[in-house]
Amino acid sequence: MATSSVSKGCFVFKPNFKKRKISVPIEDYFNTGKNVSEDSKLRFETYQLIWQKMKSETEQLQEELNKNLFDSLIEFLQKSHSGFQKNSTDWSCQIRLREIPTAALVLGVNVTDHDLTFRSLTEALQKNVTPYVVSLQAKDCPDMKHFLQKLISQLMDCCVDVESREEESMQATQKKTYCSMGFLSSWYMNVTQTGPKVPSRKRTSSGQWQSPPVVLILKDMESFTTKVLQDFIIISSQHLHEFPLILIFGIATSPVVIHRLLPHAVSSLLCIELFQSLSCKEHLTTVLDKCVLSPSLFYIFQLLLTTQFPFKLSEKVLQALTNIFLYHDFSIQNFIKGLQLSLLEHFYSQPLSVLCCNLPEAKRRISFLSDNQCENIRRLPSFRRYVENQASEKQVALLTNERFLKEETQSLLENLHVYHTNYFLVLRCLHKFTSSLPKYPLGRQIRELYCTCLEKNIWDSEEYTSALQLLRMLAKDELMIILQKCFSVFKSSSGKQLGSTAKRIEEFLTQFQSLDAEAKEEEDASGSQPKGLQKTDLYHLQKSLLEMKELRRTSKKQTRFEVLREKVVNFIDSLVREYLLPPETQPLHEVVYFSAAHTLREHLNAAPRIALHTALNNPYYYLKNEALKSEEGCIPNIAPDICIAYKLHLECSRLINLVDWSEAFATVVTAAETNAGSTVSEEMNEIIHARFIRAVSELELLGFIKPTKQKTDHVARLTWGGC
Amino acid sequence: MNQLELKEDKMLEVRFVGDDDVLNHILDREGGAKLKKERTQLLVNAKKIIKKPECDLEEDDQEVLKDQKYVEVLGRDIPESLKNGSAANGGNKVYSFQNRKHSEKLAKLASELAKTPRKSISCNLKDDPEVTINIPQSSKGHSPSDKVQLKNSDKSEFLSTKSSGLRKRLIVPSSHSDSESEYSASNSEDDERVAQEYEEDSNEVVLSQKIQAQNRVVSAPVCKVTPSKKMKRNKTNDLVEEYFEAHSSSKVLTSDRTLQKLKRAKLDQQTLRNLLSKVSPSFSAELRQLNQQHEQLFHKWMLQLHLGFNIVLYGLGSKRDLLERFRTTMLQDSVHVVINGFFPGISVKSVLNSITEEVLDHVGTFRSVLDQLDWILNKFKEDSSLELFLLIHNLDSQMLRGDKSQQIIGQLSSLRNIYLIASIDHLNAPLMWDHAKQSLYNWLWYETTTYSPYTEETSYENSLLVKQSGSLPLSSLIHVIRSLTPNARGIFRLLIKYQLDNQDNPSYIGLSFQDFYQQCREAFLVNSDLTLRAQLTEFRDHKLIRTKKGTDGVEYLLIPVDNGTLTDFLEKEEEES
Repeated sequence: MATSSVSKGCFVFKPNFKKRKISVPIEDYFNTGKNVSEDSKLRFETYQLIWQKMKSETEQLQEELNKNLFDSLIEFLQKSHSGFQKNSTDWSCQIRLREIPTAALVLGVNVTDHDLTFRSLTEALQKNVTPYVVSLQAKDCPDMKHFLQKLISQLMDCCVDVESREEESMQATQKKTYCSMGFLSSWYMNVTQTGPKVPSRKRTSSGQWQSPPVVLILKDMESFTTKVLQDFIIISSQHLHEFPLILIFGIATSPVVIHRLLPHAVSSLLCIELFQSLSCKEHLTTVLDKCVLSPSLFYIFQLLLTTQFPFKLSEKVLQALTNIFLYHDFSIQNFIKGLQLSLLEHFYSQPLSVLCCNLPEAKRRISFLSDNQCENIRRLPSFRRYVENQASEKQVALLTNERFLKEETQSLLENLHVYHTNYFLVLRCLHKFTSSLPKYPLGRQIRELYCTCLEKNIWDSEEYTSALQLLRMLAKDELMIILQKCFSVFKSSSGKQLGSTAKRIEEFLTQFQSLDAEAKEEEDASGSQPKGLQKTDLYHLQKSLLEMKELRRTSKKQTRFEVLREKVVNFIDSLVREYLLPPETQPLHEVVYFSAAHTLREHLNAAPRIALHTALNNPYYYLKNEALKSEEGCIPNIAPDICIAYKLHLECSRLINLVDWSEAFATVVTAAETNAGSTVSEEMNEIIHARFIRAVSELELLGFIKPTKQKTDHVARLTWGGC
Repeated sequence: MNQLELKEDKMLEVRFVGDDDVLNHILDREGGAKLKKERTQLLVNAKKIIKKPECDLEEDDQEVLKDQKYVEVLGRDIPESLKNGSAANGGNKVYSFQNRKHSEKLAKLASELAKTPRKSISCNLKDDPEVTINIPQSSKGHSPSDKVQLKNSDKSEFLSTKSSGLRKRLIVPSSHSDSESEYSASNSEDDERVAQEYEEDSNEVVLSQKIQAQNRVVSAPVCKVTPSKKMKRNKTNDLVEEYFEAHSSSKVLTSDRTLQKLKRAKLDQQTLRNLLSKVSPSFSAELRQLNQQHEQLFHKWMLQLHLGFNIVLYGLGSKRDLLERFRTTMLQDSVHVVINGFFPGISVKSVLNSITEEVLDHVGTFRSVLDQLDWILNKFKEDSSLELFLLIHNLDSQMLRGDKSQQIIGQLSSLRNIYLIASIDHLNAPLMWDHAKQSLYNWLWYETTTYSPYTEETSYENSLLVKQSGSLPLSSLIHVIRSLTPNARGIFRLLIKYQLDNQDNPSYIGLSFQDFYQQCREAFLVNSDLTLRAQLTEFRDHKLIRTKKGTDGVEYLLIPVDNGTLTDFLEKEEEES
């Protein structure tokens, strides 16, 4: 093979220059191998389009989320720097100058997302505050020397466009030789004094300041060595009067960590202000960390819930993605990656996904569908179900007449579109109702509600009935607030059918208002029963619910408010039953729904150890040979060598005697080879021994065993316990 | 076999058995109830026998066997109930904890020891020569094969009862036990036994471990009711306990046999290869099918690589051939670098070097690896028309698994126009990557189980059983030396001799340049230290010598080849001349 050699490990292959020019367009890979699948080009383009849109939307969302945070940060920076700016001789100012202004930025544990935040923060700072923004990571700064080196080199790069070429090279030499705080401050003096003379793009944008501060971002404050951090803070506080430094700590855990890392003597040199990632702040009142971390996820879900994207995820996929998010990494980036992958998989594997675009475009595309694609439509399970429910002549037409099929598909797609618009409106509306219920029977977040709705008929679930029962006990003011919200939800949409719904809600609202005067009296008359109810917990509620039922049975008389409330709840119930049908019931849902959750899990959240174990333990799983079929837990002796060796080694404790192992192996293997009772030749023994050697060295490569010196000719086992 | 040795061991073993026995005694007493069904019953049995030494051997054995079968049945059922369903296999049985096994083995041995009371041995000693061999071995009792030998002596009588239970597990033709192997007949039978035992035990192990551990945790009487319920509760607890129990005792009991006693101890690489080439791979049809399945993914891989994902392949079997096929079918028209992670001399530096020097045609050096990385990153960012495919076999190899290497490769792979497709094999490979690195890599995982042998991957390794012949460095040495002038050869030979003279000196760091010069001058090989230096440069270029600065600042010269090879080399040289 061209890529194996005993003298080198890297092999570079360069095609001829001419050849390289002809690069294969990416969409060609969209074909699955030999057989060219339908409309692959179009599908790929649609994929690109939707993905770009999704990406920009999510980026925009994150930007918005960050915006408030950045604004307050910038304000803080400007304020804290003003002291230096004034250069006053005021005593208190002098004291304050001893303290390095520090912003502690609590960003949460999803470390992978921090990079994005910091990047946009740097941009924002450079635009608004100062050209001198440096960000350092702990792994670059094992000691003070590297710390300063990095700092200086980055600072120099910051204003490289100001300096001329020769100066740069001069700096390069300096960088190597001379790195100290003194050097830094003299450099700073130099730059700021000569600065105004040299007109620069950046300087003018922050032109209001004579001497812009230097902002140093420590991206992962927790992983810095304390010594470096302490030293740096002490030294730079000495130079603060000539070198206006502002620190920003990126903190993943909690602000307490600052005081744990820095002793009092050092932290007193800092003037710390805390900044929570603002989106979290809104939710800080809710204790669950889930809620602290998932707001951005929440917003992305909002995005998914809009009809803006024709592409939809099925319940299982959604569940898989949220599980990965909640239980593995808390990373929005990874979530978006999962989204991208599911989008890609959908367009790659489903030929009809070509219709997964906005409605007018889809209609246009339907008319161009090839015969094969028409067949594909007919093969869709949901479509077949739909056909079966039609009259027989229509069935025939659908199955034979292409034109008719296309027309029907168009109308079906339209229906699907309408279904989605209504679906999300009603979902939101229902969420408004259920999110305020005690104990959240249908989940607090809209995504939980969405998942349950996708999964099955929600009205069949126990949670739904209990939620409705709870709704029947809502107090008037609460109900009115919710109705208001629902009204605005419906009003914001321009749905045709649901326009009447908005009207209905409005009617309800006015009825409630007209009730106002009478209701008050009635409430007083009927005692404080509903009021007492609304503060109790679920248990008491249910108990009193039962009592209420009894009461209702005995005394039929209801107040007008109760009648109206009943009406509202029934109305909501009817809405839910009408519009929140699970997507599987809709014909052609396969076009827009991606449901292969297992592929997602396979590719995003793989389990290599399990795969390895299965391959070793149960070769039949991969090699579908009947001879390999065996009972649970044992393998036939004709299994691949490595499986047998593995199986044998499982029986040993920490150390394995190679001789015993090899003999056991030989017995098993010879048993498999010599079933005719023939004698075992010497050569065969040799070969078996060689096979054993191979199996052992493969197990070593896989990390199951390692050589040990504890005892001669022994190896140590490296695995134990459950995986 | 080695009776003396065995007798020496005897004392120790007896005590160990006693411990186990005592423990079970206590358990039994505390529980007050007789424990049935499990291993412990063997001990109960054994105890009974100790009390009545006149009890018949045969009966006991049969009883034991019945118990074993019972346990087997349990063993078959319980793992299924434990299955967690989500994984396609008994995921919870993965690497089931084996160390407990040991004490169990001993427990079993103990019972066996106990049921062959001294008296009967002594009378047997007189009649039967065959048993005399067996008895001391059985008292040694810790090697699995020996343990089995005891059974073996009874085998003729019990074969029918035993094999019905045992043979079922391992599909071995019964005629096999007659087959002649290199060993004596009894020996090979032993091994079969061992193998069978192994097979059988693997089924029991999970169950019996659990039960036994349970017996210890929950004091006896309750435990026989519903083992599976408690199992779940105690499971994690047990695992932890078991781990520490197994690792606390420094003493590990295994047999003392060594490879030297075996005739064919170590093979060298070449013979190994020759031997293996004679083996015809089984299941070739299925393997081909597997491979075809993987090959169908090539297009998809290309697509996903282009869309910013990177691909990592995992699963049993060498993925080298698969990647190679991927390379030849898909990458012929694009620039790509193949990196053999398993190559012992690989480093990130060499990877970066091949990118800068050969792909980007850069001449010049870099101050550090990080500088080089930055340069590459910038280059690729600036020129979006550049495209590079990186194929890394064994990204998890010894040389590349370090944090820094992974960080650098990750940064490379995070570039839009560098596409990385890599394979991992090691069990714990995913531990290399924290969240930050994973987000750099942006992996898509693909399971590609191929079952193909890791021929290339393991050939460089100092494998356990493979003798390092050193033929490779030797032949390269000879080749290089042949191309040199006689003087240069002389110089090199001087250095070799000096090094060989000092091979027993542990603090030998090399020959200092000055001394070397003196010696060469005396042998009329060089006339000035400049010529010597010129020669040395040549050696250095061929990696024949290494220079090292000593503590005193003097240069020391060393040949980085092991002494055996050097001696061989000298011999060969002398033959030729």
